[in-house]
Amino acid sequence: MSDEKISQAEKDEAAYFAERAKAGAAAAQAAAAPEPGTLFDVQEMELNFGPQHPSTHGVLRLVLKVDGEKILEAKPDMGYLHRGTEKLFETETYPMGIPHTDRLDYVAAATNNHAFCLAVEKLLGVEIPRRAQLIRVILDELQRLSSHLVWLGTSGIDLGAVTPFWYAFREREQILDFFEEYCGARLTLNCMRIGGLPFDLTPGWTERVSEFISDFPARVDDYEQLLTDNRIWKKRTIGVGVISAEECVEWGLTGPIIRGSGVEWDLRRAQPYECYDELDFVVPTRQNGDTYDRYIVRVQEMRQSARIVRQCLERLEAGEIRGKVPRVIKPPAEEIYASVESPKGELGFYCVSNGSNRPYRMHVRPPSFINLQALPRLAKGHLVSDLVALIGTIDIVLGEVDR
Amino acid sequence: MADEKAPAEEKVARPGAVDASGHPWVRSIRAALPDTVVSAKEFAGQVTVVVQKDSIARVARHLKDAEDFKYCVDATAVDWKTRDPRFDVVYHFYSFSKNARIRVKCGAADGEEVPSIASVFLAANWCEREIWDMFGIRFSGHPDLRRILTWEGFHGHPLRKDFPLEGIDTGAAVYPEEWPEGGGPSQKDPNRKVVS
Repeated sequence: MSDEKISQAEKDEAAYFAERAKAGAAAAQAAAAPEPGTLFDVQEMELNFGPQHPSTHGVLRLVLKVDGEKILEAKPDMGYLHRGTEKLFETETYPMGIPHTDRLDYVAAATNNHAFCLAVEKLLGVEIPRRAQLIRVILDELQRLSSHLVWLGTSGIDLGAVTPFWYAFREREQILDFFEEYCGARLTLNCMRIGGLPFDLTPGWTERVSEFISDFPARVDDYEQLLTDNRIWKKRTIGVGVISAEECVEWGLTGPIIRGSGVEWDLRRAQPYECYDELDFVVPTRQNGDTYDRYIVRVQEMRQSARIVRQCLERLEAGEIRGKVPRVIKPPAEEIYASVESPKGELGFYCVSNGSNRPYRMHVRPPSFINLQALPRLAKGHLVSDLVALIGTIDIVLGEVDR
Repeated sequence: MADEKAPAEEKVARPGAVDASGHPWVRSIRAALPDTVVSAKEFAGQVTVVVQKDSIARVARHLKDAEDFKYCVDATAVDWKTRDPRFDVVYHFYSFSKNARIRVKCGAADGEEVPSIASVFLAANWCEREIWDMFGIRFSGHPDLRRILTWEGFHGHPLRKDFPLEGIDTGAAVYPEEWPEGGGPSQKDPNRKVVS
């Protein structure tokens, strides 16, 4: 046989196999058609995510049902940090309840103190002096900054952006120093009292805060430079965990999550407490409702918080720091719900009094707990690595989830 | 405790709760669902409506659809110990268009089931699980009524007034076969706690 003939036979054979392969592929495709998208059998696997996983920001356990990397179902399991705070409130007098609130959302203790005091003050009908109102707002907003900075640093690190963490914690350190100077504590502040504040500001505090705040927008620019147009950051966050405004309302999501979905709703604006109604600030919103938009909303909120602090510092005048509160706090036998805009969302306290000096029932409406409820909905269909982004974007604190 | 001293000791006069039967929301519930509203009051600008236990899901549905209370803020319970019915189940709803809240309550005796509103508001799902866990009130029609903060098999409901503050010996109470009575802290241990 000549070389040409051999090659002809080879060519025929190759053509035959190619045809056969084509037919086989078509047959396989036809067989697989009832379940499109699955090349192999679905290999469902149960996977425990946490409670000792660093990206769960505490002790959240997720029981995942995964098909390869894809999440079919996520079931949160919590309670590892349950300390019975609501029971403790019932056993102690009203002022003794304030330190317990520090341990709920422990990266934003001031707003917790604030919500607790607000509930009892509403029940008592106490007026807060103006200076106390302004200092409360300053503390709240500094707390919001520090909470958002923790969020920025840690959720960045979860997605591989290590650098912003160091910048964010540098600024947070300064804020914690301000708190330390004001009330002696850095994390569990216990910095508010029913009817006002425990202490007046130390000399020079306002100047130092004012200096920090005037510098702060430039620092936010630094973080944005690292993340906002970063291609990796965008790839990891855009289109991840999209939730519509209607669904946000249905799930009871509040805070930056609902604002990231286009609802301009902020308790500081909707139902102003203290002196928020006279302050000039913008409620930042975004339309897409994905992880990236929630990031932008939080970053914008930091800028607005800095604005609010500056305005309050300008308005600060000498005056009383505590309202007229009876020495023994015995509110009328009524019930009240009061809430503030905490960095995570709506933080509410539902207080039932029976006329004694201890709350009969004190219930916390924790934003993290309610927001976490939507995690299975957000995570469905995403990859396991996106789950890390989603836990970060909900911004949970397990102290508050478990109480 | 120097900082706990109040600058002045003065009784603050405060108007108490007033009847809110004439409030438009209450009238709206009455009109749509007759014989459901037990009472209504208003205190510090907050409206509380007490409704029949069996109609709570219908009231929630009415408030959501007709009165635009689209956001279920919170659900919780209160244990009144000696009162009949023993528990109050308390819901808070918020309306974005009205920028207002309403509190809806219903009584529930020990062991009684309350209709679940989890099908009306998704947000109520975990709140009701928490109520079951903490108070032992069951919700009929709830999609997934498991304990949420304590673990499945925990003995007791911590926020009931008769639950001891110091806790219970959960090892012996939950897994008697694995953790026999006396198998945990020693019988002579003064810190040893048993279920009363």
